[in-house]
Amino acid sequence: MLAGLGLLLFVLPLAGLIIQAPWNQALGELADPTTTTALGLSIFCSLTATAIALVLGIPLAMILARTRGTLRNVLRALTTLPMVLPPVVGGVALLLAFGRHGVAGSFLRQWFGIQIPFTTAAAVMAETFVAMPFLVIAVEAGLRSLDHRYEEAARSLGAGYWRVFTRVTLPLLRPAIVSGAVLCWARALGEFGATITFAGNFPGRTQTVPIAVYLALESNPDAAITLSLILLVVSVAILVGMRDRWLGAL
Amino acid sequence: MTLEAAVRVKRDAFTLDVSLSVAAGETLAVLGPNGAGKTTLLRALAGLDEMEGRVVLDGTVLEDTNARVHVPTERRRAGLVFQDHVLFPHLSVIENIAFGLRAQRRPHATAMARRWLDDAGLGDRAESMPKSLSGGQAQRVALLRALATEPKLLLLDEPLSALDVSVRAEVRRELTRQLSSFQGVRVLVTHDPLEAMALADRIVVVERGSVVQTGTPDEVTARPRSRFVADLAGVNLLRGRAHGDHVALAGNASLAALDAGSGDVFAVIHPRAVALYRSKPDGTPRNVWRGEVEGVDLQGDRVRVRVHGPVPLVAEVTRGAMQELGLSAGASVWLVVKATEVSVYPA
Repeated sequence: MLAGLGLLLFVLPLAGLIIQAPWNQALGELADPTTTTALGLSIFCSLTATAIALVLGIPLAMILARTRGTLRNVLRALTTLPMVLPPVVGGVALLLAFGRHGVAGSFLRQWFGIQIPFTTAAAVMAETFVAMPFLVIAVEAGLRSLDHRYEEAARSLGAGYWRVFTRVTLPLLRPAIVSGAVLCWARALGEFGATITFAGNFPGRTQTVPIAVYLALESNPDAAITLSLILLVVSVAILVGMRDRWLGAL
Repeated sequence: MTLEAAVRVKRDAFTLDVSLSVAAGETLAVLGPNGAGKTTLLRALAGLDEMEGRVVLDGTVLEDTNARVHVPTERRRAGLVFQDHVLFPHLSVIENIAFGLRAQRRPHATAMARRWLDDAGLGDRAESMPKSLSGGQAQRVALLRALATEPKLLLLDEPLSALDVSVRAEVRRELTRQLSSFQGVRVLVTHDPLEAMALADRIVVVERGSVVQTGTPDEVTARPRSRFVADLAGVNLLRGRAHGDHVALAGNASLAALDAGSGDVFAVIHPRAVALYRSKPDGTPRNVWRGEVEGVDLQGDRVRVRVHGPVPLVAEVTRGAMQELGLSAGASVWLVVKATEVSVYPA
């Protein structure tokens, strides 16, 4: 009974979204420049955020996987904090750090004349901040379950650190990296709170799909529903594509 | 070219302290029960684990804790063959073998790898992925992978024990052939006496982290110095204190022997020299004990009978004798050993 109620809570809104969708106008909404701009920006920002997360997150995961004790616990708590932190708080924190008078922001502005808040870079940063932990956690788990004798065998064959890392560790970690990157990308694509706080709402610059949906809900509900459907389709596609990996792990 | 090593590794409640000296062209087997520290020793020689002491290979100091020298694994020229091959699962067989050649920046790595495979008769598996190989093939490829880099030291960790008995003989033959044509120093670690006897020129027996015996396979089995080796050799090993014509054993038992000498000794009795009777035998054999059959192991037409009693022994009898005597677990028997069949040597 309660389980059914719980299920209903998930199913009903999704059904509503699908039933209410303006199917005959959906294509027309897709051609709307506001929609296409938001979509393009969202794809660009989320992919860039994922790329940054890969470059920074894999080394971070390696450090987490290879240290022990208090230091590791502190590092781990720090990296996973964005997963539980309300995104708006993340946005405020980013704003305080990189804003006009922020610790890093004032430095960047004085020395390089760079201002990050309310730019596309800010949207990318906000998405990276929120989404990177998903990648770090997945890669760290992959590293922990990796049989390190492969790396030892490679070293005994004369391979130095870099060759071992690129030819053995990374290829063996591929499944973990792929699933982590997909999760990270999905989270970045849906990012709303931190982005609107730190990057604002500028069409073509920082107005990503979730923000466009939220704003369009009052002015143009059909567009909002269409964009929501697109995000839903992407989520379902990810679920289907990754089901073997996730269900296999259970 | 030789390997001189004094290796000390301390773990919580365990200390490994072993010295080795191995000449090129010689295969040394480190033999010991599980947990004796064999793999720890191998990993220390390969530079994978921290150790104290000194390792010198072919005049090059690889490790010297006093001088703070530690050559990293990748520059040791020490090929390592793991128990369960550890072939790179994402690379084909030929790429596995070429891996080390590429790491050494040798030209024509693929062609060289192919030659190694062809020479070993595995040319048709070059493009296969490791998971499609049989256990025996995978272990042979792992050996080729290590040999292809032309190491100065070859370290083998239980190279046959993960294999099915059916393919073990085949891989052992291949291993013998490859080892004899390898010019460097060969160190093999195993808990399997057959593996050690078949492959090694010299055996070092390690128990609880220290060397208990060193010698050729024949020497080691003829005069075992530990229960482990005695069990391996299939003989009864007793320890006691010699008093001329007899050896005082634990639990007030006494073993008559010829020229036992004095002091702490080992006494070896071959199972074939242990006679079994249902009732107390007549005559005057001096070593007569009562016992109870603990278990019976069939080995072809021979039977090994484990007897529990004041002097626990293993006796070897024929199948016919077993049936005649009605030997089964729990049966009560008399054990008889002639004094001339007991060989005694200082502990």
